[in-house]
Amino acid sequence: MTQSRRIFRSLLRNFLQAIPTIFIIVTLGFFMLQLAPGDAADFMAAEAGSATAETMAQLRSAFGLDLPLLSQLGSYYAGLANFSLGHSLRYGMPVSELIMQRLPGTITLMAAAIVLAVSLGLLAGTVMGMRPGRWPDRILSVLSLLFYSVPAFWIGLMLIVFFSIRLGWLPTGGGYTLGAKLSGLDWFVDRARHLALPALSLALYYVAIYARLVRASVIEAKSQDHVRTAIAKGMGRYRLIRVHILRSALGPITAMVGMHVAGILGGAVVIETVFSWPGMGRLAYEAILSREYTVLLGILIVSALLVIAMNAIFDIVQSLLDPRVAVR
Amino acid sequence: MISRRHFSQLMLSASALPFIAPIAVRAQQDEPRRGGTLVYALNQAPPSLISLVSPGVERGISAKVVEGLLDYDHDLNPRPQLATEWDISEDGLTYRFKLREGVTFHDGTPFTSRDVEASIRIVSQNHSRGRASFANLESIETPSDHEVVLRLSKPAPYLLRALPADEVPIVPAHLFGEGDPTGNPALTAPVGTGPFRFIEYVRGSHVLLERNEDYWQAGKPYLDSVIIRFITDGAARTAAFETGEVHIGGGASVPLSDLGRLIDENPHLALETRGQVYDAGVNRIEFNLENEILANRNVRLAIAHLIDKDYIRDTIYYGYGAVIDGPFAPEVPYYTPGLPHYEVDVDLANRLLDEAGYPRDANGVRFQIRIDPRPLADTDRPTAEYLRARLAEVGIEATLRTQDFAAYVNRVFTERDFDIIVNGITNSFDPTIGTQRIYWSENLRRGVPFSNATAYNNPEVDRLLLAAAVEIDPKTRFQQFADFQRQVVNDLPDIHTVSQFRYTLYNTRVQNHTVGATGINGNFADIWLAD
Repeated sequence: MTQSRRIFRSLLRNFLQAIPTIFIIVTLGFFMLQLAPGDAADFMAAEAGSATAETMAQLRSAFGLDLPLLSQLGSYYAGLANFSLGHSLRYGMPVSELIMQRLPGTITLMAAAIVLAVSLGLLAGTVMGMRPGRWPDRILSVLSLLFYSVPAFWIGLMLIVFFSIRLGWLPTGGGYTLGAKLSGLDWFVDRARHLALPALSLALYYVAIYARLVRASVIEAKSQDHVRTAIAKGMGRYRLIRVHILRSALGPITAMVGMHVAGILGGAVVIETVFSWPGMGRLAYEAILSREYTVLLGILIVSALLVIAMNAIFDIVQSLLDPRVAVR
Repeated sequence: MISRRHFSQLMLSASALPFIAPIAVRAQQDEPRRGGTLVYALNQAPPSLISLVSPGVERGISAKVVEGLLDYDHDLNPRPQLATEWDISEDGLTYRFKLREGVTFHDGTPFTSRDVEASIRIVSQNHSRGRASFANLESIETPSDHEVVLRLSKPAPYLLRALPADEVPIVPAHLFGEGDPTGNPALTAPVGTGPFRFIEYVRGSHVLLERNEDYWQAGKPYLDSVIIRFITDGAARTAAFETGEVHIGGGASVPLSDLGRLIDENPHLALETRGQVYDAGVNRIEFNLENEILANRNVRLAIAHLIDKDYIRDTIYYGYGAVIDGPFAPEVPYYTPGLPHYEVDVDLANRLLDEAGYPRDANGVRFQIRIDPRPLADTDRPTAEYLRARLAEVGIEATLRTQDFAAYVNRVFTERDFDIIVNGITNSFDPTIGTQRIYWSENLRRGVPFSNATAYNNPEVDRLLLAAAVEIDPKTRFQQFADFQRQVVNDLPDIHTVSQFRYTLYNTRVQNHTVGATGINGNFADIWLAD
């Protein structure tokens, strides 16, 4: 019981800490976007390719850009206090709806990338660590160095060229087959086919990191007394890896994944663009380019909450894996 | 279970197939086939889906759902759409339109003259190009449900060409009552009279349209549905065309560097260059005439003598587009060939700069200058790099600056903190609408994007532009624009390099996609998919 109480208390504390974090993010985000030259009206008019003085004035007043800076920020906070993220003129809908349309895409992509990265990383790392210096170790080391150093968008494009254009196995982009009304297993397979390449390109960089991390942990674990004893007692190879070696390797990995969540969210921008994946990263990028602060701040708030929540979850997972790491 | 006999029959018919298939295909080419879903790629997701308040990317979507009064053939001759007959008074001040009867909007309300009145009113007040097209509009009258009369204060010789569906969309008046149209939900969930009904818009992903069963042109459209996919990455669009996931795309669908390879390697892909008149444009190098060095015509003339436009066309534009000397693209009806051409002549350029009073210093440098390429087209930066290399040859030291689009627009049109920009401009359907804004001295307006950035001011050019804007005699008007082009090329406020190469890239299964001047921005009613 104390365990679940501690988890609850940790979640509450995380939540309370999120409030000042969000205040800082919103204020900083707002002013940093102001620092960038040009405003939303400039962008929208220029994007349309022509403008007159009158249409510029109409745009500015529609965006509320004719108001003083502080009152713009003030009214944003007033909206926030009422749990409203404001309205996007560029997209013609409330920001919260806009984000809710994209959030599932981003979470799916992130989750799939994390699962892929951790499982492939564990697999490769174990293979490498069990027999360091042998050829599987050498080959996987070179591969992980490659994935670590090559930018994700290039990997993404190469995956498209190979799997979509050459082999024709997987779609080049998008979140699902548009216009097809699928259900059940077909629906799942269709989503998975669209998810495979973007999740893999996002994951490969982290696979490289985790593989090396696991390799080191495995080598270290192998030389420990309890493992040597287990080997001496004739414990089966797979049971040995599962119970004694991987268990100790999982600790550092979980800690790293928790730290990488924000990075994966950032990397999603590029992957979402390459694969036309309808997620939040691209929306954030477009919001910055078009200088629409309501959209940008909305995304920052949601992303911050997402990262905080993921970290809380990983804290808990870690404490479950290793009772010595207590939930604070 | 397949019995042996069945199996051999199957084999027999399969082996006969190749001989039958070509005949079947040929028969289908002639006869439009109903059904199928067309996937159409757009480079960007627009703020709204119809071009009622802004002439941006939404022009690629608008006409499929919301129609206009007129449509145009490839020579820009008007054809009926929602207007069946039209008549312009002798003095060019009264336009009468007879409207199509028995047409209903997708929500079931009948289409009447009140819808036309409301739509033109919104466009003339909110649409940046519409404000120019309808600048002389004095009143709109609706004598009956199917008659509209526009009365002008001055002639507007361009007005009849300003009425395609993607310029002046006719929306139902009851959805756009009083008040500001910019936030209207019908902009992103449009209702019109067009061949396709709006079904859904998933931001950042796609728009889904389905056949309008009650379309006034019986038997059309042929397609069941249209999916408009937003694919922002050029390489991703290329891949989607290659695999056949996308059937058609307009404007600049794939990077020019990929285009040649794509057409050569994929027999199922082809190019269409017609249907681009409304988007014809030119690439330009513009000088800030408020800069005291660049204010000197000899300096600009020297720079003009350095630029090899053929080289720019062949290397930066991969041979696409046409080398031009004046402000109009060859597709524009008022394009005048034989304008003054500045030959490449480095010695002459050096001499001109010496005479202008900018000798080389001890390091061989005459003066320093900044170049800002527009961060939008991937050809503007290479052009700026080429320009920098050419300028270095005569001792002008140029630095390139980088910024994003909003910052660029702010720098050039609001702060006016630039020397030379590499830019592009759309000519649009008429010089009064598309080109006058660049050269008219009164359009030197801070804070208005794509206005007169160079601060060009020539009373003779102003006179020609204003006279042509109200000239109803086509011959006189042509001469006025010819004189205008000659004068601008002579004054060198900017240097025109290559016309913008715009094309429709399509899968050869797609038939009848370009049937008029608006090309891929048309309504898709005639499109059908072959097998």
